[in-house]
Amino acid sequence: MSTQTTSTRTPAKVASWTVTNTIVIIVALVPVLWLASLSFKDPSTIADGSFLPHRWTLANYRGIFQTSLFTRALVNSIGIALIATVLAVVVGSMAAYAVARLRFPGKQVLVAVTLLIAMFPAISLVSPLFNLWRQLGLFDTWPGLIIPYLTFSLPLAIYTLSAFFREIPWELERAAQVDGATPMQAFLQVIAPLAAPGMVTTAILVFIFCWTDFVFAISLTSTGASQTVPAAIAFFSGASQFQTPIGSIAAAGVVITIPIILFVFFFQRRIVAGLTSGAVKG
Amino acid sequence: MSAHPGATGVAQAPPQARPRHRPATSLSEGARAERRLGWLLCAPAVIVMLAVTAYPIGYAVWLSLQRYDLRFPAARRFVGLANYATVLTDHLWWTAFGVTVFIAVVSVAVELVLGMGLAMIMRWALVGRGAVRTAILVPYGIVTVVAAYSWQYAWTPGTGYLANFLPSGSAPLTEQWPAIFIFIIIIIIAAEIWKTTPFMALLLLAGLSLVPEELLRAAKVDGASGWQRLTQVMLPLMKPAILVALLFRTLDAFRIFDNIFILTAGANNTRSVSILGYDNLFTALNLGIGSTISVLVFVAVAIIAFVFVKGFGTAAPGQEVGRR
Repeated sequence: MSTQTTSTRTPAKVASWTVTNTIVIIVALVPVLWLASLSFKDPSTIADGSFLPHRWTLANYRGIFQTSLFTRALVNSIGIALIATVLAVVVGSMAAYAVARLRFPGKQVLVAVTLLIAMFPAISLVSPLFNLWRQLGLFDTWPGLIIPYLTFSLPLAIYTLSAFFREIPWELERAAQVDGATPMQAFLQVIAPLAAPGMVTTAILVFIFCWTDFVFAISLTSTGASQTVPAAIAFFSGASQFQTPIGSIAAAGVVITIPIILFVFFFQRRIVAGLTSGAVKG
Repeated sequence: MSAHPGATGVAQAPPQARPRHRPATSLSEGARAERRLGWLLCAPAVIVMLAVTAYPIGYAVWLSLQRYDLRFPAARRFVGLANYATVLTDHLWWTAFGVTVFIAVVSVAVELVLGMGLAMIMRWALVGRGAVRTAILVPYGIVTVVAAYSWQYAWTPGTGYLANFLPSGSAPLTEQWPAIFIFIIIIIIAAEIWKTTPFMALLLLAGLSLVPEELLRAAKVDGASGWQRLTQVMLPLMKPAILVALLFRTLDAFRIFDNIFILTAGANNTRSVSILGYDNLFTALNLGIGSTISVLVFVAVAIIAFVFVKGFGTAAPGQEVGRR
């Protein structure tokens, strides 16, 4: 983004920015660190109210990975989010290419419909889909979650991808063909590498959307066959009914936050570019 | 662009209405091929989007006109608008509606101010700009349920670091005392603000990056104060981005579910309309009433979107998109 050319780096300015940024970073990260701290606390000290663990343990992590409740949910979460992401990027790329490059009647309507879907309240679909899915045999299955995830991530995918596709210098494709490349070669060797960053960004945003969903996950699943982690941990109970599952929930929460942290750490620029380009350039 | 749900019906029309024998003179072969390709490429997306929204919402309307209790499926019958009368005269619905509107208005207003500040930090920070951008993406990306548990344990007496700051016996999520309601709502709003301000800030950053640096410098040279530069230079130029951000966040806040589900599960009258709909379906197993609430939430969201788009005219996001 733009840099401020006139600003001078006086020590006072640097100090005040450092303080401001430190506060922002602390506020953004404290709830995550707190959960991580809880996950490493020994069960006997979990209720000591201290921000940092006094006695560290991996028992909570060992515990959740020994129960099929968590491991199956993790497999469901990963599988469902990945499949929905791939489908959304493929179907979304087709539509985004048309929106960005082709002239055809009905384009405005498509954009309007896309916007409507983005605003659609998930809870309004929960009761009809619950009943439909039971009749169609899709209740508590992977496709039963993948289908609504695909629907609700398509607006995001189409907006972000069409914003990226507009920036691609498509003349290069013709230039390559003039130079003797076949249309296929021109596409694969010239256009695809230019389109890839936008598609990766979109894939990350869609994956985060599917990974974090809760409303559909608790409404359209009931067993380990398709329950995702957010839904599963909401129904976690302790090893015995007298034990609170705080440690297990904290550990499970940390495990499903790791992919998010990795995305954010490695793709910060792309995620910011994706979210901001979709918003303004549409 | 229209925010009215009726617009969804139009979307399917173009492919079917395609004239078979259009005179060759009116359109070149290339333009016709382009049309066909355009429709073909969009068809899968349109079908998936409409099949999972338009049809089910119609089905929800049909279900909402029936007495349909899953515990007594034999007693299922058509009852007209009786379910709507039941819900709209029930104080539970109006309490949930009030709670939802209050949470949406307060959190969006606070987020607009905080988000604006964050957008400025992300654009102009002299040090650690990348670090701030990375850090604020964590609340954006984290699973809401996980964040909600973090807040819940933080406020749990004995366990949490935040509960230690409260006078003993006053922890809002676990104790009972008069006026507890408002404190629980504040905790819910705080969790919501922490989670969604980054999204607001990124949408605002998109608008802020359209404000030219030279313009701000010129205003400064002409003697405009920081406040004047904000209100008279930045905000007018950012108006479209601000409206998009407000629209999306308001609708999103109105659908609040995850945070309340984990923090209170609707106890102490803290149900949002989404929680109420879920409870009627999965706790009371009443498909008729549950569907009625589904339809009412949909209507409320459509009205909010309609007011935004009509009220702000050209700033509507649909036109922003269509202009290119």
